[in-house]
Amino acid sequence: MSDPILKIQNLEAYYGDFQALFGINCEVKKGEIIAIIGANGAGKTTLMRAITGLLKSEPDMVQWQGSPVGALRADQVAGLGIAMVPEGRQLFPSLSVEENLKIGGQVGRSGSWNLEAVFELFPILKERRNVPSTALSGGQQQMVAIGRALMSNPDLLLFDEISLGLAPIIIKTIYDALPNIVGDGMTSIIVEQDIAKALSVSDRVYCLQEGRVSLEGDVKSISREEISNAYFGV
Amino acid sequence: MDWVNAVLQGVLLGGLYALFAAGLSLIFGVMRLVNIAHGDFIVLAAFLGLVVTTTLGLHSLVALLIVVPFMALLGYLLQRCVLNQTLGKDILPPLLVTFGLSVIIQNGLLEVFTANPQKLSAGALETASIPLGAGLNAGVLPVLTFAAAVVIIALLQWIFYRTALGRAFRAVSDNQDIAQLMGLNKSHIFGLAMALSMAVIAIAGIFLAVRTSFDPSVGPARLIFGFEAVIIGGLGNLWGTLIGGIILGVSQNIGAQINPGWQLLAGHIAFLVVLAVRPRGLFPRVDG
Repeated sequence: MSDPILKIQNLEAYYGDFQALFGINCEVKKGEIIAIIGANGAGKTTLMRAITGLLKSEPDMVQWQGSPVGALRADQVAGLGIAMVPEGRQLFPSLSVEENLKIGGQVGRSGSWNLEAVFELFPILKERRNVPSTALSGGQQQMVAIGRALMSNPDLLLFDEISLGLAPIIIKTIYDALPNIVGDGMTSIIVEQDIAKALSVSDRVYCLQEGRVSLEGDVKSISREEISNAYFGV
Repeated sequence: MDWVNAVLQGVLLGGLYALFAAGLSLIFGVMRLVNIAHGDFIVLAAFLGLVVTTTLGLHSLVALLIVVPFMALLGYLLQRCVLNQTLGKDILPPLLVTFGLSVIIQNGLLEVFTANPQKLSAGALETASIPLGAGLNAGVLPVLTFAAAVVIIALLQWIFYRTALGRAFRAVSDNQDIAQLMGLNKSHIFGLAMALSMAVIAIAGIFLAVRTSFDPSVGPARLIFGFEAVIIGGLGNLWGTLIGGIILGVSQNIGAQINPGWQLLAGHIAFLVVLAVRPRGLFPRVDG
């Protein structure tokens, strides 16, 4: 057994006085694709914010490649090779498509992803490289958000609700492209409300419920009933 | 012909106002920070110029080579050590802190340099002029100031829209959290924005000091002129800021032509009229 690349240990997170996560434990091994599912308000996005450093925690609560990163700033975490496709795309409206992608590459990590590789993955972005990011359709914006995260050549890529607010046909296109993205051994965590979609691409699943892990296991060995119990808490 | 002259001198004066305003516009655009001490930093730069020219015997414009980097460094440190701590959802703390800085700078300068009016000498440059025919003359110094304003605004525009630094400025301005996710340290980016703003302040301060006499108390009035130029031109639009400065300069000179007592009043009235008719300024930034 190889050591986990990301280890989350008794993670607690707060928004002011409100506690959102209660002692989350989670391990991700290199090359794995993890699905994190759960109802609205279960703490999925909070967990993503804690991993990326947007939400500070105790140093040991988040360990990346063996070293504590829980107290680092988000830009420091990004430099270590963790990137995120944030919920709701969140492109920079003042920047063109190409500039949005270049911002992602500014971290300065070397690897196989660059502007050309992203344009090859999503050819439509090459055509529209000079338009403002706000002029794109939702699906195209999602492609930019994914490309922007890839540009930093991350070792771990987090996808937060990438199907939210998109037409089914677009979701299919994006999920079809996923194997190409995570194919070359990239580790990823996929947060989804669409359970079937998330499970179809992942190796292991964690289900969150009210800030706690209510179920974890291999996607293949877990039954639908177990998932539904963990999801709704019955 | 007096009127034509008033307009011409007003346009050139507008260049100085645009220099006052450019730094103000820049940091507001990047971090939504209103620097109440902006005018006092201009005066601080003027005094620094005075110290450099008197101790080293340099020409006033050569002093820029020392004052500009010094002010830029001061700006970076000020941002990292003080102002970054005040930025957040509430816009009041940075206003209060920069107001405090304004008081400290004025009194500090008063303590060191007394209230006596000072002036930077620029030798023959001060009185040299270019005859334009028909009795019109343009002073070499105002023309230089105006040219500096145009060059600096073009340069800032280039940095903002053509370089990686400008891309980072715009990204942080759009969404600080996501910019952090992309590996941009906003504290550092903000520091660089303040350094750039202070570099422009240094240039404005030296041109101000060569053009007119100054003392520790004149900062707030420069701040007002800067504000008015920014708002007339439209927030977040650097070329608009230049036009705003020109409109302010021309109105002041036309006012002075009618009655010497009306100079400042005419500028403020022009500002009020623009604010009443076009509350977002003449050339507001077009957001997506």
